[in-house]
Amino acid sequence: MNTINPQLTTESDLAGKAEHLRRVIFKTICDGGGGHIPSCLSIADVLAVLYYHTLHIDPAQPDDPARDRFILSKGHAGVALYAVLADLGFFESKLLATYGQADTLLGGHPDMHKLPGVEASTGALGHGLAFGMGHALAAKLDGNDYRTFVLLGDGECQEGSVWEAALFAAQQRLDNLVAIIDYNKLQALDRLDNIVALEPLAEKWTAFGWHVRQIDGHDISQLLDTFDKLPFADGRPNLIVAHTVKGHGISYMKNVPIWHYRLPNPDEMQTGQAELQTTAAEH
Amino acid sequence: MRNAYLKALYELAQRDDNVLAIVADNGAIVYDDFRRDCPDQFINVGIDEANLISVAAGLAQCGKLPFTYTIAAFLTIRAAEQVRNDVCLQQTNVKLVGIGAGFLYSDLGPTHHATEDLAFMRALPGMTIICPADPHEAYLATFAAAHISGPVYIRLAGSRTPALHDQDYRFEIGRGVTLCAGDDLTLVSTGMITHESLRAARLLHQQGVNARLIHLPTVKPFDSDIILTAARETGVLLTVDEHSVTGGIGSAVAEVLAEHAETAVKFKRVGLTDCFAQSYGAYADMKRLNGLAAEHIVEHAAQLLDTKLQPVK
Repeated sequence: MNTINPQLTTESDLAGKAEHLRRVIFKTICDGGGGHIPSCLSIADVLAVLYYHTLHIDPAQPDDPARDRFILSKGHAGVALYAVLADLGFFESKLLATYGQADTLLGGHPDMHKLPGVEASTGALGHGLAFGMGHALAAKLDGNDYRTFVLLGDGECQEGSVWEAALFAAQQRLDNLVAIIDYNKLQALDRLDNIVALEPLAEKWTAFGWHVRQIDGHDISQLLDTFDKLPFADGRPNLIVAHTVKGHGISYMKNVPIWHYRLPNPDEMQTGQAELQTTAAEH
Repeated sequence: MRNAYLKALYELAQRDDNVLAIVADNGAIVYDDFRRDCPDQFINVGIDEANLISVAAGLAQCGKLPFTYTIAAFLTIRAAEQVRNDVCLQQTNVKLVGIGAGFLYSDLGPTHHATEDLAFMRALPGMTIICPADPHEAYLATFAAAHISGPVYIRLAGSRTPALHDQDYRFEIGRGVTLCAGDDLTLVSTGMITHESLRAARLLHQQGVNARLIHLPTVKPFDSDIILTAARETGVLLTVDEHSVTGGIGSAVAEVLAEHAETAVKFKRVGLTDCFAQSYGAYADMKRLNGLAAEHIVEHAAQLLDTKLQPVK
């Protein structure tokens, strides 16, 4: 099983990829007429390190049984996934321009039957971790080495099914399962603290039997260092709490709840592009 | 019926180690043989039905053949979104085996009854639904389910279910079976309540009314042909659901009849009429207390036929 060729290992290369992903996310959603921009921006660095460095995957063999699996449980950030899959050649980049159109393969939430590289049709929150566990369990049953990565939202952790999965993963000693929480502290209407707080989040997962590490989810060196240390402990599932900023990269979106699902007006689009340093020649 | 299912599952698991039995903390004792002989193919997820379904979907995605098993009401309604999104929408090859169809768990009360499950499951694209009426049918249905590529819901009764079919009975997905011939009216039934419908057909026969009894072991895909033929040939249809009259086979028959309005019939649905099943007690008592005994079916038939029948002893 090949890793991405060439596998990126330097911080500057990976940071550059993350910036590229943010530009593609912003352009795709603005051109497509709407989407969850801040939710996508907060995970760009995590996706960059995962896809260009950590995951053992091959765009030419998206169904290889030996592949690592990545499941975007916070499916509303689908455009971020589309951006990285397109860049790696899982499908043609020109399809990004169809996002938002009637017959698109790139829906508001990813569809596993429409695009190679999409492992689960998520969107209804709270399903991805348990679904990913099925993959991880299958690996243990069959003696396969692949790892299963599941990226959850923090608001998503308000769903009870996440905790059902957390209990079971520890019981089954799934050290080949890696959950990542995009801990950007905001949900749709307000900060989590004002709705249903999760703190102490890391302690909760540790109490459930997971081995937990907390990092700055925008710090490439911390991401590299942490992913390279997987699995963290034998017999325990792995959790990475990635502290992030919702809307990272665009000043007027950062930590502002109303931008959860909102289309920028033309002035805002221009400002956003400038801040992400988009040029007309980008595509 | 449950043991017949388990026998089939055991045989399947012996032949193919991708077959998995996944339970939500049910099946004490009855899975002992399975667990002893196929220990790596048995998983108890605990009391978490949503997790049960999602994990099964993930396993199926990796080439496993999971047979999930728990109380029918929890399997379908508690985990409804997981059944819809992880199994049907993603088209994963998960088998859903619910125990305690209808109000079989009569002593446990309505929280454990499956009386609205068909209304939901019928609406799911790609879902096959089988309601066996006896152990032999459950045994055959399990093998049939294993050979379908896609979601299947097997709605089992429980233990100690009487036989209905002969040993040479052939089960076929999507095909209804005519258990009694007759042209005066048609009774349509599924699952365990077919035993009661059969009693009703015999009582009617004693009084000179020849009822055709159609048993539909497959609720979805629905055998419209057998229903429309009966409608044309008998003109009077009465459906029997151990389920709400909304969304079970009564509704399925009504849908077909309404879309073929040229076949004018007298029609009535018998079942739970916008209520939960009442009372506790033995299953036989429950049928009587909830209007689903043979005597009630006969009475409804009489009304439809506008006939006075002798009171049933």
